[in-house]
Amino acid sequence: MEYEAIIGLEVHAQLNTKSKIFCSCSTEFGAEPNSHLCPICAGYPGVLPVLNEEVLRKSILTGLALHCKISDFSRFARKNYFYPDLPKNYQVSQFEQPICYEGYLDVPTEKGIRRIGVTRAHMEEDAGKLIHSGRGESFVDLNRTGVPLLEIVSEPDIRTPDEAKEYMQMLCSLLKYLDVCDGNMEEGSLRCDANVSIRPVGQKEFGTKAEVKNINSFNFVKKALEYEIKRQLEVVQDGGKILQETRLYDSDRNVTESMRSKEQAHDYRYFPEPDLVPIEVSTEYIAEIKSKMPELPWDREARFVKELGLPDYDAHVLTSSRALAEYFEEALAIHNNPKGIANWIMAELMRELSGRETHLSEFPLSPRQLAGLVKLIDNQTISGKMAKNVFADILKTDKDPEAYVKEKGLVQITDSSAIEKMIEEVIAANPKAVEEYKGGKEGAINSLVGQAMKASKGKANPQMVRDLLLKKLTE
Amino acid sequence: MAIDIKHVEHVALLGRLRLSDEEKLALTADLNNILQYVEKINELDTTQVEATSHILPIRNVTRPDVVKPSPGPDVMLANAPDREESFFRVPPIME
Repeated sequence: MEYEAIIGLEVHAQLNTKSKIFCSCSTEFGAEPNSHLCPICAGYPGVLPVLNEEVLRKSILTGLALHCKISDFSRFARKNYFYPDLPKNYQVSQFEQPICYEGYLDVPTEKGIRRIGVTRAHMEEDAGKLIHSGRGESFVDLNRTGVPLLEIVSEPDIRTPDEAKEYMQMLCSLLKYLDVCDGNMEEGSLRCDANVSIRPVGQKEFGTKAEVKNINSFNFVKKALEYEIKRQLEVVQDGGKILQETRLYDSDRNVTESMRSKEQAHDYRYFPEPDLVPIEVSTEYIAEIKSKMPELPWDREARFVKELGLPDYDAHVLTSSRALAEYFEEALAIHNNPKGIANWIMAELMRELSGRETHLSEFPLSPRQLAGLVKLIDNQTISGKMAKNVFADILKTDKDPEAYVKEKGLVQITDSSAIEKMIEEVIAANPKAVEEYKGGKEGAINSLVGQAMKASKGKANPQMVRDLLLKKLTE
Repeated sequence: MAIDIKHVEHVALLGRLRLSDEEKLALTADLNNILQYVEKINELDTTQVEATSHILPIRNVTRPDVVKPSPGPDVMLANAPDREESFFRVPPIME
């Protein structure tokens, strides 16, 4: 029997506010343990939490970008459970009436655009961090307690581990575009739990689902789901039953393991948080947030195709992150050759970027330098081949490409008599290739062009070399 | 709905309360009394009354996103039963 997987993701995005969700403690990462902690986030009796207005604004902004409806009346709830990382013994979250609901995200996949429904997005506070010594004790750092999260819950619309990864990547890119989350998975700014079940193809009802927790990278989303789906298939094929349970993903061993026994089944006893007053969102407030919405990646992608004439693929790659798209547009503002600049970004720049976790803003070549380089090619000062050397030379410097080219005397040879002279020498030295070309083997011209370029040490204008060679050979 | 001792035991477990048998019986009676009182309220016609979660007529209280200094680990750990450097030290947590 053939089975398919049903996957829904719960993504916890840390909102990049300066202060916590209900108090004025800093959210900065990496501080001394328990230094960003006060009576409010530590859950002392008698304190009064107050909502951070940026949390509300960023949540609504995200909801709007996810095509969600925004609740005109929303409130917080207490989710009750005991764990040492939770000082109040409840997490302030939203249960009924979340701030955003019923949206979707269009995710580009290998099989085209897939529309993944977004059930809801709600505001909540993060828990603290536990460190296990392995020597019969644990340590608690509550700095993260009360850091604002937006939990974005998808519909069970995802069918494959690849789709889950693509959804997650798209969501991450969107959150960065909106400047609501830094998307830094190493620091836990984006975390993911997955609900996954399997069912025979054609069956309408869902199977029993397992919840897989602790998925902290795009690749782990895929790997954890691949493992879990395979595990469930094996259970079913051996005649077993899938248990509804929470499983923890262990990325070191690439397995998921059952986390809680059944007597600790979820019983959170949600009830309305009495210390936080409800939120009524006016249409004016929503309109104001909407008016400040940055251009979204899919709109930008469409504009790059329509107004700049870029191929779909280029537009997609260039808008995959806001930083990259801005780098491109900054370079374009200096030298208006969309395709030329796109090619350099997608080839040289992205090769330099891959394999290192550098943020584009720290990239060791400015948009101005890249634009200058492409300009030198376009006005035929240097050839593309020469430009690659210049690129490598001026990386990590703030040298102006034009000044550098002048300083090094790297000027392209566009003097046709000089090129003709080289061509004559090449023709004389390569009678075989000349013969082949004249005998109808057109590809032989390339080897002659290559020889001429080599003779000029890469300085000759390749197009002129080709044109003059063709002219000479057909004389 | 009537509360029996099983409900009381379940809620006590969720609340991490260790109750004696006498306490369980007493609480079963108390909780049933409370529910009966709720039943009494249910006799009222509330079709025109919206469900109330907050009694204050206040909405949209927010604060600006501004960091203020926190008291610091030594103050916040002053009442901790046990500490190690700036951490709270707790019994081992089983995963």
